[in-house]
Amino acid sequence: MSLTQPVASDHQLARLLQIGIVLEEVVEARSAKHAEETSGAHEQAVLDLLAHAETESAEHRRQLEALIDDLEADTVPFEEIEMLVEAQYEADKDFDGVLYDQLCNEETAYKFYDDLIEAIEASDVTFTIDRERLLAVLSDIREDEADGVEDVTDLMEDYQ
Amino acid sequence: MNTQAQYLKAIYLTQQQEDGPASTGDVADMLDVSPASANEMIGKLENRGLLNHEKYKGVDLTDDGIAQAREALQNYCIIERFLIEVLEVEEFRAEAKQLEGVIDETVADRLDTIIDRKPQCPDCFDPEGDVCGLLEVEAEITSD
Repeated sequence: MSLTQPVASDHQLARLLQIGIVLEEVVEARSAKHAEETSGAHEQAVLDLLAHAETESAEHRRQLEALIDDLEADTVPFEEIEMLVEAQYEADKDFDGVLYDQLCNEETAYKFYDDLIEAIEASDVTFTIDRERLLAVLSDIREDEADGVEDVTDLMEDYQ
Repeated sequence: MNTQAQYLKAIYLTQQQEDGPASTGDVADMLDVSPASANEMIGKLENRGLLNHEKYKGVDLTDDGIAQAREALQNYCIIERFLIEVLEVEEFRAEAKQLEGVIDETVADRLDTIIDRKPQCPDCFDPEGDVCGLLEVEAEITSD
């Protein structure tokens, strides 16, 4: 299933970018929590992966925030999302669980950006924000997410 | 959520309200589409084994149709709760309707990790209020 409806307005675009930011914040916060849970172990490759995911999501968040600024919409502060993740977080007891969660994070993000790009391309709305810049930023992030899926699956294979 | 999911959800809710088959007119009203469009989509869903349609009687979801409709309703509940609890959107119903065609279920599943959805979801959905019947902030938001 994909996005079947084009983005209809600046308002809806801003809302979708806000959701993108929240998704990145969720990845960032969950990666940090997983790393805490994993810290006693000697699985350095998993810790490296989590650290990379956390840094990359923070960078994606900043890129999306720059786009949202131009649309004059608010964003949800990271600290708020961190608290929500904390409230609902259930620790995964093994590496398979952590890696599987990371895979879900990366795949979800990829799907979200892929659908969003498709919906922007299908839209004939003139957004306040420059369309080429918007699509370039989202395409770069989507590529990072595709690389992320590959990194996690490689690591999963190593552990099999 | 795609168009098919939106239809299944609307039929499911209409059947709940009617406590029986849903008339195509009611389904069309709920989705704000023409009866002709609703009839066309209902025909496609019948061919896919998701519902049975008897002329003059109405539409009845099959077990597969009910399962997919409940999943669609659950995604809608996630979007509504997310809009209220996280983004604090006042016009959450209208926005959820716009976003349900845009937010994929995998994305909804991730958003679900930060909201406080009840285990009985989607059975607690109130079709008339178009919102989860257990949502505590409801009164505050609508009274603004």
